[in-house]
Amino acid sequence: MRGVQLPFSNTQKLRYERALAQLESLSSKVNTNATVIVADTIPVDEDGALKGHGTLDMGKNVVATVCGVVERVNKLVYVRSLRARYKPEIGDIIVGRVIEVAPKRWRLEINFSQDAVLMLSSMNLPDGIQRRRTAIDELNMRTIFVENDVICAEVRGFQHDGSLHLQARSQKYGKLERGRLLTIPPYLVKRRKQHFHHLDQYGVDLILGCNGFIWIGEHVEVKDAMVEDQVNKSDPENAHSGSLPDSSEEPTSTPPETRQYICRIANAITVFAALDFMVTLEGVIEMVNLSLSLNLGVDEMLNAEFHVQVAEKEAERRSTLTKRR
Amino acid sequence: MEYVNPEGLRLDGRRPMEMRQIRAEIGVVSRADGSASFEMGNTKVIAAVYGPREVQNRSQQINDQALVRCEYSMANFSTGDRRRKNKGDRRSTEISLVIRQTMEACILTHLMPRSQIDIFVQVLQADGGTRSACINAATLALADAGIPMRDLVTSCSAGYLNSTPLLDLNYLEDSAGGPDVTVGILPKLDKVTLLQMDAKLPIDTFETVMQLAVEGCKAVESYIREILLENTKKLEIRRGA
Repeated sequence: MRGVQLPFSNTQKLRYERALAQLESLSSKVNTNATVIVADTIPVDEDGALKGHGTLDMGKNVVATVCGVVERVNKLVYVRSLRARYKPEIGDIIVGRVIEVAPKRWRLEINFSQDAVLMLSSMNLPDGIQRRRTAIDELNMRTIFVENDVICAEVRGFQHDGSLHLQARSQKYGKLERGRLLTIPPYLVKRRKQHFHHLDQYGVDLILGCNGFIWIGEHVEVKDAMVEDQVNKSDPENAHSGSLPDSSEEPTSTPPETRQYICRIANAITVFAALDFMVTLEGVIEMVNLSLSLNLGVDEMLNAEFHVQVAEKEAERRSTLTKRR
Repeated sequence: MEYVNPEGLRLDGRRPMEMRQIRAEIGVVSRADGSASFEMGNTKVIAAVYGPREVQNRSQQINDQALVRCEYSMANFSTGDRRRKNKGDRRSTEISLVIRQTMEACILTHLMPRSQIDIFVQVLQADGGTRSACINAATLALADAGIPMRDLVTSCSAGYLNSTPLLDLNYLEDSAGGPDVTVGILPKLDKVTLLQMDAKLPIDTFETVMQLAVEGCKAVESYIREILLENTKKLEIRRGA
């Protein structure tokens, strides 16, 4: 079952319903009757209207092909669907899981209709050297990523054969370790300027992947590869052994407090997803702080009471937003 | 046996042109991309849609459109006598094929090239008309998954017993051995995508029976639209501006 399936007590049920009713009253002021479902006719005034996504020209009238909201931008008419798989756009930051190591490329599951491709040539080598990828590099691909690794990358674009290519040309991209992957519906993540967040107060990194894969992990400092690079240049024989992540320097285990924060953030996001609310950094931090101020245990965040409180907070937040307008 | 008594009532107390109560729910399978359950009286089915996703078997990949697959199964507890049905018997293979073809006709497959859409339908309670119920559930699940479609497909069955056309046969009437016409239509386009009958009927009677089934489809359609609109509105409200 999707959505909230919790044993609400009577008062909780009332409060929950009141919060939802408040949300409804808030949105009804804004939206018009633009909601359409499959095969609904979309009223189009002028003849020169451009038919966008989610519409179909049926001779006389324009018909919706998905359930959603009709959006009009100048002459363009399209339907914004409310529930669908991830649709990549160039420049999106995504989190994915390696499912196959193929010649010169990795295949990643990213919740799209196809698997994404990350070419060996479109990512920085761990030692940071810019050079042509050799056959040896290809043989050593498993030292970089193996199957089931979780990776962060950027959408590079569609190739002419229709496949989706990714790139990871910066230190901030790459393998994600010591943390937790959370999968939520992709439509709950809004595209923003910033998807990498370092939550200083918790020592946690949060990556809100546009594809609905969310990474919450222990904070890692982005190392300057050039410094290591200089050391390695002296002995090219050891270039590969030097490029391996040096586990001896880093602490091998995550401290329990950090783990708790990771779980707290994950639970806050889970609650947002269960309630079908947009997941934003501000919202998540607010909910984590709320749970801390209420002295809730990590597991108690998934209780009915906390769901109700999150719903109430959301209603409150949106009402202040509309007032300001 | 008397299927319509002199007062004009059927075995379960319905009038000949009356449908059973229908009920639908969206989002019943949490892991699926789209899901729905559909009830027609005591018949209850559940549908889950996965995809569009990467094609599992590369050799089946189609380069300019999506591959649609469908699997129909009946739960062991769905019928009166509990029996284990092995997967892939003739009946379920046939129904899988029927559902797949019906759904494929309305999905805009060319928008999702090199991908695969899986539809799983399972009968939880069988009381006649499982085929129609499965198609209705699959439509809802596809719409929930946000898969672009030409139109909503709806389906309903009708029969002819005691020289009376009957709408939406239940198990008892279905097993009477009379004709059972299952119709699937695209209501907006006013086209028939599915028409099945496993008996003989004079052509003029057939037309009235089929007309009755089409009326049933339209009734189902208006109900499905209601459910979908309600669900879409709810999603929109939750999401906020």
